[in-house]
Amino acid sequence: MDSTKQRHNQHLLWRAGFGPAAADLDRLRHINPDKLYKQLEKQAKQKPVPFDAASDYIKTALLQAAPAMEGQLSPEDKKRYTTEQRRLINRQSNEDIRKLSLLWLDEMAKGEGQLREKLALFWHGHFACRVNNSLYQQMLLQDIREHAFGNFGDLLKAVSKSASMLTFLNNQQNRKKRPNENFAREVLELFTMGRGHYTETDIKESARAFTGWGFEKNGSFVFRPKIHDEDNKTFLGQSGAFTGDDILDIILKQRQTAVYITEKIYRYFVNDRPDAARIEWLAGRFYAGNYHIPGLMRDIFTSDWFYDEENIGAQIKSPVAYMTGIRRLLPITIQNEEVQVLLQRLLGQWLFNPPNVAGWPGGTAWIDSSSLMLRLRIPGLVKNEESINIKPKGDDDVQMGRKEMLETGTVARPRQKKPGGGYQILAQIDWQQLDQPLERVSQEALYPTLEQFILQTPPGSADAASLQKLVVQTDRPAYIHSLVIAFMSTPEYQLC
Amino acid sequence: MQIGRRSFIKTGVLATTALLVPRFLRAFEGPAAGIVPPGNKVLVVLQLSGGNDGLNTLIPVRNDNYYRMRPTLGMKMDRTLLLNDETGLHPELSHFKALYDEGHLAILNEVGYPNPDRSHFRSMDIWQSASESSEVWQTGWLGRYLDEACQGCARPTQALEIDDTLSLALKGELEKAIALKDPKLLYNNSHKAYLQSLSEAHNKMAHAAHHEQPVDYLYKTMTGTLSSAQYIFEESKAVNSTVSYPKTELGKNMKTIASLILSDINTQVYYVSVGSFDTHTNQQAQQARLFKQINEALAAFTGDLKANNRFDDVLVFTFSEFGRRVAENASGGTDHGTANCMFFAGGGLKEKGLLNALPDLQGLKDGDLQYKVDFKQVYATVLKQWLGADDRRILGKQMDYLSFI
Repeated sequence: MDSTKQRHNQHLLWRAGFGPAAADLDRLRHINPDKLYKQLEKQAKQKPVPFDAASDYIKTALLQAAPAMEGQLSPEDKKRYTTEQRRLINRQSNEDIRKLSLLWLDEMAKGEGQLREKLALFWHGHFACRVNNSLYQQMLLQDIREHAFGNFGDLLKAVSKSASMLTFLNNQQNRKKRPNENFAREVLELFTMGRGHYTETDIKESARAFTGWGFEKNGSFVFRPKIHDEDNKTFLGQSGAFTGDDILDIILKQRQTAVYITEKIYRYFVNDRPDAARIEWLAGRFYAGNYHIPGLMRDIFTSDWFYDEENIGAQIKSPVAYMTGIRRLLPITIQNEEVQVLLQRLLGQWLFNPPNVAGWPGGTAWIDSSSLMLRLRIPGLVKNEESINIKPKGDDDVQMGRKEMLETGTVARPRQKKPGGGYQILAQIDWQQLDQPLERVSQEALYPTLEQFILQTPPGSADAASLQKLVVQTDRPAYIHSLVIAFMSTPEYQLC
Repeated sequence: MQIGRRSFIKTGVLATTALLVPRFLRAFEGPAAGIVPPGNKVLVVLQLSGGNDGLNTLIPVRNDNYYRMRPTLGMKMDRTLLLNDETGLHPELSHFKALYDEGHLAILNEVGYPNPDRSHFRSMDIWQSASESSEVWQTGWLGRYLDEACQGCARPTQALEIDDTLSLALKGELEKAIALKDPKLLYNNSHKAYLQSLSEAHNKMAHAAHHEQPVDYLYKTMTGTLSSAQYIFEESKAVNSTVSYPKTELGKNMKTIASLILSDINTQVYYVSVGSFDTHTNQQAQQARLFKQINEALAAFTGDLKANNRFDDVLVFTFSEFGRRVAENASGGTDHGTANCMFFAGGGLKEKGLLNALPDLQGLKDGDLQYKVDFKQVYATVLKQWLGADDRRILGKQMDYLSFI
């Protein structure tokens, strides 16, 4: 048994995916990380199967009008729809988006394209977009998943031309003579170069180039020449009658774009603390390789430094990685799967509802007293029938004045509510899948084996004597199961 | 020895020692010290989530434009609680009227910010982070107050949110407030013994090399939560309030806040929300129902504080992420607007009543009020004058102060 190899493989699976699965236990002791990465790479290249969560009702309604978030409706749509109709559309769309997030979580937990979905989750935060329109959101997600492990330039263009992003960043209101700079500003500041590498004039000029970029009701991109500003623009030192595509091409020619993206990827996949020299090296190759994402990821995951001790177990799992990681380690059937939306909200990473245009800040921002105490209880909730009695904050963009659905009976939901209040995670754990690979492990070796399989921190970090408080000794299965839950209910388990 | 409340909070060592002195002994320090040293200024932020309609909160009863743009929602003068001959309060806010008459209420009109955003979450983000609308900040104004004022604090209980999850407003770069719905629930954590034991073992290891590792941040948060849970729980039951509070959620939350204010706890900021004020349809019933809850809860709360001589040390302010459009919509409601009014209640106000003019309904921009006071001026004033903090560092710029406290 090679425990270093296993640790490195688990490190790779946590960073390039959502952690090891129960069935991986044996394999991880033998395979070389390089070979494991090749497999991940191969699976990530498969074209993702699109999710279809948008209901027919929304698709039909959208063909007549495009009600995005309240406050972003065009005046003519406001006239066309009564408040009550808009409310219905809003409600159904919100429902669809919840469904979409559950389909995606399933893919992260069970799918083979681990690296692709992990990258898609990264880009989902990078290209933060919050629009209560289920069709547009699922189209954007598909764009992201298709290009997540492809070319960054293609990804940038697909996202920039998506109905979701164009509506979220108000580019429909960006017209010749009356430019709206929001879209151009975020493209530069958040999507590509980062602050400090362009001027306010560059924003103004590029906003003019993006005039005319819009979308049809069905969500497809459309260029409207009539409202496009055809005059000359000066952007980042170059002049011409630039279009939006020209602007994106100029941005991609800036080495800073490669540096900015590489640094963000490094912080997400390697370590919150940036290492300037490595980022510089990676960015140079990323830029020279024409923004080929698989090349960048290969540079990272096959480097020696990726497996340095300082990078292992050094990162706080995002709520989605945390929840998905549990589902991979413990094969679980969740009956009330909607409870996962509740958990996303309570833990602070509600998919399709980023906190702002900059996405989720990550790192220590994931953890406060409430989110940590909840994380420490979730494994126990999965195993037992204990209930949680906590409520996320209301969301007025989604609710539009309705009472929070969680507490009313008026909107039927397949969610179990206990008489005393609170919600349960109705889950069945298929322990067999974990018991089996452990069959040949001796009683004494169970503790170190499970510790190494579940925690990425160095052995002994979580106090063994304390863990005994949650452990049941009655028989071997009970011991294993309670020990697994105890390891998962530690601060160390929050790290990968 | 008499410890001024503020120095009590700022000196970590003293605070720790003081906390070790049993309550009954501290009671012997004499009536001058009281159970709570005087001068401990407490801030209570009441967030009206969803965008409260300020124009039907403080009604310009002589304004023809108001009635013209609100043919059905316009509140007739004789239904309002008149503050003067041109201003009336919403009829459900009788206790606010009483506070106004006593000189314990101040109202600021047309508070907002440049380039207002009409999305709930974005505008709430702006109010909670205190950024400009063109910027995105990932920390909250009260969180940064904790970063400034609470470095090395003995306990992370300087700011509490009465809810299950923590708002951005209370998240700093280094420090975060604690959110709790019920001191008892936080205390009765089912895994308490287990977590306590883990935490003690970790703290014993205390590798110097380990510091600044994420695992230490996690343990610090866990240990802080467990010890605070006990501290908060014990403080919350130390004083038995005799005032009866309404049975609403806000009533319960205000009771929790009062019980802590009346205890020895070192908390300076409490944060609580009520809503939803997002009244696109059927506004009258919804707003009236929420105002009734707020009015009753605040009446009990202020009564409690007065009975215990703490009203002078407490400032309550209300805010909402935006006001609503001046013209009503076709569904008996109003849509998202811009500037709004804020209430300030407490025994320590320097200026009372209406602090500025009623909203200007003629100088509308695209049918919306234009802000006259930046909400960051309110924050700066509260931080500087009430909490004694460095507002400039916390807000990242120097705002002009207001003079109501």
